[in-house]
Amino acid sequence: MRDPLLHRPAPSDDPSGRFFWQSGEDGVLRFLRCTDCGYWLHPPSSRCPRCLSADVAPQPVSGQATVHTFTVNVQSWTPGQEPYVYAVVEFPEQDGLRLSTNVIGCPVDEVHIGQAVRVTFIHRNDAYYPVFVPEVS
Amino acid sequence: MSDKFEQDAVISGVARSAIGRRLGRSALDLTIDAAVAAIADAGLTREDIDGICTYPGGSADVTFGYAGPPPQEVQDALRLNLTWFQGSAELPGQLGAVVAAMMAVSTGLCRHVLVYRTVTESSAQGGGGRAAVLGSERAHSYGVWSAPFGGTSPVNWLAPVAMRHMHEFGTTREQLGQLAVTFRRHAALDPDGAVFTTPLTLDDYLAARMISTPLCLLDCDVPVDGSTALIVSTAAHAPNTPTGAVRIEAVGTAARGRLSWDQYENLTSMAAQGAAAHLWSRTDLRPADVDLAQLYDGFSILALVWLEALGFCGHGEGGAFLEGGANIALSGRLPLNTNGGQLSGGRLHGYGLIQEAVVQLRHAAGPRQVRDAEVALVSNGGGPIAGALLLTRDR
Ligand SMILES: [Zn+2]
Repeated sequence: MRDPLLHRPAPSDDPSGRFFWQSGEDGVLRFLRCTDCGYWLHPPSSRCPRCLSADVAPQPVSGQATVHTFTVNVQSWTPGQEPYVYAVVEFPEQDGLRLSTNVIGCPVDEVHIGQAVRVTFIHRNDAYYPVFVPEVS
Repeated sequence: MSDKFEQDAVISGVARSAIGRRLGRSALDLTIDAAVAAIADAGLTREDIDGICTYPGGSADVTFGYAGPPPQEVQDALRLNLTWFQGSAELPGQLGAVVAAMMAVSTGLCRHVLVYRTVTESSAQGGGGRAAVLGSERAHSYGVWSAPFGGTSPVNWLAPVAMRHMHEFGTTREQLGQLAVTFRRHAALDPDGAVFTTPLTLDDYLAARMISTPLCLLDCDVPVDGSTALIVSTAAHAPNTPTGAVRIEAVGTAARGRLSWDQYENLTSMAAQGAAAHLWSRTDLRPADVDLAQLYDGFSILALVWLEALGFCGHGEGGAFLEGGANIALSGRLPLNTNGGQLSGGRLHGYGLIQEAVVQLRHAAGPRQVRDAEVALVSNGGGPIAGALLLTRDR
């Protein structure tokens, strides 16, 4: 598998996002969720933006997602960089719950809006990067 | 105070410095050129200037040549006596600095505010600044949720908007390309200001190097060095302006919905929608009354998003509006980016657009003048950033 993380900045070490970047250690993707009203939060925040409850905690999602939109980056911003897919994927758990990520594991010109994908993780340094591969039915 | 604070202020002067690729001059040097010329254009002397406002201010990251000098440096260089100054990027779009200046004038804090935006991005990138920043070890701010995945440049954040627009509405690259081709034609009529003036065909556009699908090199604005300055004055000064004042009919500033690049409910309109709605809520004028528009075109797709958000056509109908290019030509229904915009005129980060709108409303645009121009719309920003101004000729 091509390494899509070459030459890229690591995630911030801000404590509020630590659970997210560590979540892949057991192969499960997690977002914060409000215990009171069930709303999913991303990016992380200490209160539920819907009901203002402070009772929010990381909860697993299925890891299934759909490509909402994407681009194939062709410009070689750094030497040796190959075209890669930078995508916004949306999760079935909640309308508008999205993540910017990479789609890997297939030729870049096979990626399309509406495509079913599932999460996989790339472990690099101190973080597990959630990236997505095409779902095989 | 008037019913609307917009009526308390006018734009009394505008000017720009030399604009070009790798001018090798300092940001302060370029800013002084533009400021001195704008003060004279307003019929003022520097003794009259009692305020400064700029986007983004001195605390912004200057690595890319993105930020000009902080207001204090300009104050010192010109030995101005100020009652107020401000520089900030935390505003509803770059034009937020103009709105802040209007507020200062309306409240009586100042009478004549120097507003400027200066970039030296061309020189900075030529000096290797871009690679240096890409190599930073950790992502910060909104980059936290994009940079680790190679959402490296704003083109990576906005190309997905273009892709989604094409998917939902059938918008084509040929339609998007009309923006680049038309703006280049306009730029040729402003040879003293525009960076690229050689003719461009749709075939040239389609053959251009891809950057981030579906956006090619000609969908991206051109980094330049340059400064734009304007003077926001109390409305009482309007009769004393030698070149003519421009009135501000309405401002559009808003922050609604999810202000991130990927979470907004509707990625094909984003913050432009809120700014446009606010602007039209503050005036009796309608889109059909607008004679010309200078819409932010950091990337071509942004001008299309603004066209729709501002109601010049329906949501999703931007492609059809651009088809063939006739609507946006100088003689068209809505002449657009009449000095070449940022795609051909250079990335003055929105301030070249307001300068051109003022020149057009003064009927001083020479060969690119839109006939009988009375009302102009200027928009700034893309994605989660947006602000707009509706300007009218002083009558
Ligand atoms: Zn809640």
